[in-house]
Amino acid sequence: MYYGPHTEEDRQAMLAFLGAETVEDLFADIPAELRLGRPLDLPEALDETALRRLFRGLAAKNADADRFVVFAGGGVADHYVPAAIAPLLARGEFLTAYTPYQPEVSQGTLAGIVEFQTMMCELTGLDVANASMYDGASATAEAALLALDQTKRSRILCPDTLPPDVRATIRTYLSGPGGEVDVVPCPEGSFTSERLQAALAARPGAYAAVVVGYPNYFGIVEDLAALCEVAHRAGALAIAYCDPIALGLLESPGALGADVAVGDGQPLGNAMSFGGPSFGFFAARDRFIRRMPGRIAGLTRDLSGREGSVLTLQTREQHIRRARATSNICTNNALNALAAAIYLALLGPAGLREVATACVQNAHAAMERLRAAGARPAFPGPFFKEWVVELPDPREDAVDRVLAVGLARGVVAGTPLAREYPALSRHLLVCVTEARTREEVERLAAVIEEAASS
Amino acid sequence: MNGEGQAPGAVGLVGLAEPSIYARSRPGRRGVRPPAGFAPEVDVADALLGVRLREVPPGLPETSEPEVVRHFTRLSQLNYAVDTGFYPLGSCTMKHNPRIGEELAQLAGFARLHPAVPEEAAQGALELMWRLEEALCEISGMARATLQPAAGAQGELCGMLIVRAYHASRGEGRRKVIVPDSAHGTNPATAAMAGFEVVEVPSDARGGVDVGALSRALDGDTAALMLTNPNTLGLFDENIAEIARLTHEAGALLYYDGANANAILGVSRPGDMGFDIVHFNLHKTFSTPHGMGGPGAGPVAVRDFLAPFLPVPVVERRREGSRETFRFDWDRPQSIGRLRSHYGNFGVLVRAYAYIRALGAEGLRRVSEDAVLNANYLMRLVARDFDLPYDRLCKHEFVVSAKGLRERTGVRALDVAKRLLDFGYHPPTVYFPLIVEEAMMVEPTETETKETLDDFARALHAIAEEAAREPDRLREAPTRTPVRRLDEAGAARRPVVRYPAG
Repeated sequence: MYYGPHTEEDRQAMLAFLGAETVEDLFADIPAELRLGRPLDLPEALDETALRRLFRGLAAKNADADRFVVFAGGGVADHYVPAAIAPLLARGEFLTAYTPYQPEVSQGTLAGIVEFQTMMCELTGLDVANASMYDGASATAEAALLALDQTKRSRILCPDTLPPDVRATIRTYLSGPGGEVDVVPCPEGSFTSERLQAALAARPGAYAAVVVGYPNYFGIVEDLAALCEVAHRAGALAIAYCDPIALGLLESPGALGADVAVGDGQPLGNAMSFGGPSFGFFAARDRFIRRMPGRIAGLTRDLSGREGSVLTLQTREQHIRRARATSNICTNNALNALAAAIYLALLGPAGLREVATACVQNAHAAMERLRAAGARPAFPGPFFKEWVVELPDPREDAVDRVLAVGLARGVVAGTPLAREYPALSRHLLVCVTEARTREEVERLAAVIEEAASS
Repeated sequence: MNGEGQAPGAVGLVGLAEPSIYARSRPGRRGVRPPAGFAPEVDVADALLGVRLREVPPGLPETSEPEVVRHFTRLSQLNYAVDTGFYPLGSCTMKHNPRIGEELAQLAGFARLHPAVPEEAAQGALELMWRLEEALCEISGMARATLQPAAGAQGELCGMLIVRAYHASRGEGRRKVIVPDSAHGTNPATAAMAGFEVVEVPSDARGGVDVGALSRALDGDTAALMLTNPNTLGLFDENIAEIARLTHEAGALLYYDGANANAILGVSRPGDMGFDIVHFNLHKTFSTPHGMGGPGAGPVAVRDFLAPFLPVPVVERRREGSRETFRFDWDRPQSIGRLRSHYGNFGVLVRAYAYIRALGAEGLRRVSEDAVLNANYLMRLVARDFDLPYDRLCKHEFVVSAKGLRERTGVRALDVAKRLLDFGYHPPTVYFPLIVEEAMMVEPTETETKETLDDFARALHAIAEEAAREPDRLREAPTRTPVRRLDEAGAARRPVVRYPAG
């Protein structure tokens, strides 16, 4: 396949206009010794039919959620995605536009961003939100950088109940300015103010921020209000890493004292897509607006007094401020953020609350069912849509056995934890969203029983 | 529309305005119904004992599906896009996005795949990633690549952290990163974010790096030189081999910003030019949709000796006879770590791999040939009315200046850009690169016809004539767009970044 329109006549006419014999002449500025001098070694070109065959073949080797019942969680989950989202996102005017540098012909994008920002403020209970980040983890890392900049301190504190990929991302981003991340072990599966207090006291005045999962990686709803208060007493910012679906039901992080709320937007109408693209949201209190990373759209008026919107506060950004920008981010995940705005508009406050409620109800009913199958919850504490089960099978390879039996029975049984939490080597993180059914939970229970007895 | 206090009418195709979704919100109106769950018997207050639940619901709009579909459809109609017209936004490679990529990325086996499925149940996804990595390494002349970075700027951050880790592994704490004065803003921003001090070197009279200034700037404290080649002027730096030699002699690494890779596919490889680290923007070169500003993908390819520093995980292939299996390798002690969750913007990777497989080696080379042909052709047409600061062959894009026009007529590049909107075109990138006064950076791409280029040049010619005759017409432009020039200064002075909710 080739997508260019030129005929040989077109090319010849253009070359003649340029006074060139062949297209090679237009590459005369590339020294001969730097030319490749051979065709690239790539597989042969394919037409659409052959592409479909190839890609369908690859797709068929994956245990997708159409063919398998997915109980894996840990940041990405099989939530309901309304049918209206995909056709709207497929509109070329959204799909094939770029960053709204020319606001007069980008009002659709800009209005969509302001709507998205409004919805993120409403979900998080905070004053300002940006147009999106790459994902939840990088949004959290940028929030940590903001905290370093704001407090002139160099350490970030988080519990080991903050998702491991989020912790790892913060660590990578902090390696630039030379910041450090300290992780507090929480063997009971949730963070307590006492543990936080002790950790902060161990290095007085050192911590720029405390980052807490809300709910945490194990699904447990941390006592965010208490943690924020303790963080603030130590002069640290409180950053909440949130499941946006949970925010339809739980008190908002802003109301509980968080200074910055971040999270991953996959659950808001985005495909799981093997972990990306989704988007990160980033919301904060007013006073941080000029330190925030990324694009922000704002309302204004045109010459004739019509309301419109523009990218604003751009002096924070790399294309203006260069080495002194608040972040290097340029392209973000705008289309995925638009999916979230459409999702939230389709559901409304009542629908989002229903999704969140169904998650809690399904997950708790499933927890009881798995407990009856011998898979006990590993941690106490109120959980939202996922929890850690300790498998009944005492063998060290219990997790592999459950996963393998699950795949044979059309079930992705959960997220294994051993790589990040060696103490949880016989445990699975199980996620039960609003999209699961009782029958599907029965299948999971049967898988766990079968694996234990095989 | 629908708002009180507004005149009736102004809907349908005559209405070039669309109030916020909140204007369509009415208490109690409902859109889609989510699944009700199977366990209504569970008492949520019991299940979440001790947890503070919301007393006030979030102020989300209360609308119906038809209202939502109409609203977002109307918003879309206020946008200019590649699908609606010529979009020569320099450095952004706004070419046609083949729709087969959309179809393939939406196959359930990709779109509905959870990232935590066991490796044996994600072999198709892993194989796709491995083969895309292999193709990107061949195209760039590098040994290994990571697909994790979500966009070009994150790719740059990945690259700069690799630079740091490399020097640290040799016991060196080099602090400086050199960027040319023509560089994208992300280059200095990234170097600073990675903890480096940014040193700028000037360009020479031909638009390339001033090699003398570079050799004076390079020293034992230099960690890397970041370059775009062809650079942001659209010019191939003919001294690249010498630049690479000088950089390496100083013990520094050479970083390739792949924003402009659309010019060199199958023609010349960054690896052969002497670069050590390369990022690609898949949403530019490999034609995945820009989506109003993302999602993109910014894979980073490196030479052999830098592979240990790549982010975790990387995909490895195992061969047993004719059987191939793929797995993630997490055990990489020298890795810079993770830049994000999971493995990258996988859906974008699917589209980019589809693009590479659709075109093959010959097609990719033709992409660059036609992109360069279109740019040179359009440059010569436009140079009749605008100044050419560097009069030489360009690659996939070129920069002209409205400086002469401004001196003659008082109108600026911004006015020309705004007037182009009235002619139905998206303007070029303006006021960048910073080293050209009144810059207009034009990237036509290979998917545009000769007729489009001719017509665009005619529009620019008409505008240049207007500038002499009726300069105010340009200053007042645009007048045919949904809104006219917007008060950006006012927006920044008193930021209102949300709607009142309901």
